[in-house]
Amino acid sequence: MNWRQPHTGGMVMLLAVMAVLPLFLDNSFQYEIAIKVALNAAVCVGLNLLIGYTGQISLGHAGFFALGAYSSAILTDRYGLPPMAAMLTGALGVGLLSFIIARPILKLKGHYLAMGTLGMGVIISIVLNQEADFTGGPDGMSVAALTIFGWEPVTEFQWYWIAVGFLALCVWLSLNLINSPVGRALRAVHGSEIAARTMGIDTTHYKVLVFVVSAVMACLAGSLFAHYNGYITPSKADFFYSIELVTMVVLGGMASTFGAVIGAVVLTVVPQVLTVFENYEMMVFGGVLMGMIIFMHKGLLPTLSEFIGKRFHEPDKR
Amino acid sequence: MSLISVEHLTKSFGGIVAVNELDLTIEPGGIVSIIGPNGAGKTTLFNLLSGIYQPTAGRIFFADEDVTDLSCHELAGIGLSRTFQNVQSFMNMSALENVMVGCHLHSNQRFIDTLLQLPSIKKSNRECRDTAIELMTYVGLKDYISAPADRLPYGALKRLEIARALATRPRVLLLDEPAAGLNPRETQEIDDLIRDIAKQGTTVMLVEHDMKLVMGISDRIIVIDHGQWLAEGTAEEIRHNPDVIAAYLGEQGRNR
Repeated sequence: MNWRQPHTGGMVMLLAVMAVLPLFLDNSFQYEIAIKVALNAAVCVGLNLLIGYTGQISLGHAGFFALGAYSSAILTDRYGLPPMAAMLTGALGVGLLSFIIARPILKLKGHYLAMGTLGMGVIISIVLNQEADFTGGPDGMSVAALTIFGWEPVTEFQWYWIAVGFLALCVWLSLNLINSPVGRALRAVHGSEIAARTMGIDTTHYKVLVFVVSAVMACLAGSLFAHYNGYITPSKADFFYSIELVTMVVLGGMASTFGAVIGAVVLTVVPQVLTVFENYEMMVFGGVLMGMIIFMHKGLLPTLSEFIGKRFHEPDKR
Repeated sequence: MSLISVEHLTKSFGGIVAVNELDLTIEPGGIVSIIGPNGAGKTTLFNLLSGIYQPTAGRIFFADEDVTDLSCHELAGIGLSRTFQNVQSFMNMSALENVMVGCHLHSNQRFIDTLLQLPSIKKSNRECRDTAIELMTYVGLKDYISAPADRLPYGALKRLEIARALATRPRVLLLDEPAAGLNPRETQEIDDLIRDIAKQGTTVMLVEHDMKLVMGISDRIIVIDHGQWLAEGTAEEIRHNPDVIAAYLGEQGRNR
């Protein structure tokens, strides 16, 4: 293992933070936040592969999250599948669905792709709201408890480990993906699609691939959330949740896996902290966001690491 | 055996026929320049050859195989690479990674191997890196190996594109105006580089407006005008061809 590689170092640091964090969490509310942070972060890590690295926007990923949540809820409740089987069936279904959607939708570029994915998310949201026989409609439905090979996590502490474990897995997969010929192909698509094609890269194939990967990560996070929460409503498929996810990716730093995690941490935790401002909460939150985008437009992590890098070793100017 | 041949190649954009019933044959080896006045259809021809455009009519053959319907990345796979007139570098990557992307075809692209970062992926990464360093040194960009692509000056980007194209191990390299925007010294360096690439066995096709470069470097020159074949020959033959002079300077030029 090469410790000096930023990937390895980052991964070790992430695991260390995950291991130490429970020492500072002293009530179930704080655990709940940590679990939600981890699940959001997992979605963002996948979304960052699509948006940050490959340069393809999606404003519909909340849809995949909700599909994961509902497939777990429906398949365990109505069809009696064990939770793990339901989760994998959901992931397979979302994988297939996103594969079918990806080819036509990723032909679109820029604003049009944003509109296309937005439409996709809205359709999923409408279906979940309207198919009340299956989904319970706007009131939502309860979700059976998770069992993993007969073991049922009950305490917040156990759930914490499931959530951060899943996040660590997503981060690891994302780092592996990026640090490979496939990863460079994805980034090349972002840089210049036409040049990527002349390098022998089947750009359509890779765009579809990364779309499916990010959809499946969102779907699995959704399944876990549903089981953890015990209850699910269509609000999780909401357009606003999609926007929130994109904001986390942009804020943390595009094309940075750990940046996506940090973005999720900030945007999940800050609103909780800001409750001290009571009525002015949203105003302060908006101000924080605007300030960050204006002063750190590359995103939190890239700006900070650049700042730290400059302080410790001035890069030689050519 | 001809390396590239096109038959009755036509490309029209609405009412404008950019390439019109063009026939040509490129033999393997050496440097072949495509010249012609502005709007003659040179870049369109390159875009057709590299699969960026689909022809309206006509066929394209590569090593006697019909490749008309192959897409861009498939053509790269059988040994055709190119650079761009307006540079198309991957500005979101380092200079070295740009060239590493060129190694894509020769590295492990299997998805499961990638997700698990199997040793074969690490081996691919190492090989790509070594090849890329070698190629950057070859094109004279040794100093920029660790630089981000967006820090490179224009002249260096032009060479970065050549290194990236070479990383695909092409049989034919299409260079679209490699000297455009370069100063005389840089042009001379590009000149030497192109000669060396051809000497290593890669057939080079060149579209270029710098006539001094073209006349000095080309083994053969093909002149097209209004999307049609006009003349072909060595630099000396082309220089004295009355049709070529007329195309560039107008009918009166013919009598001078």
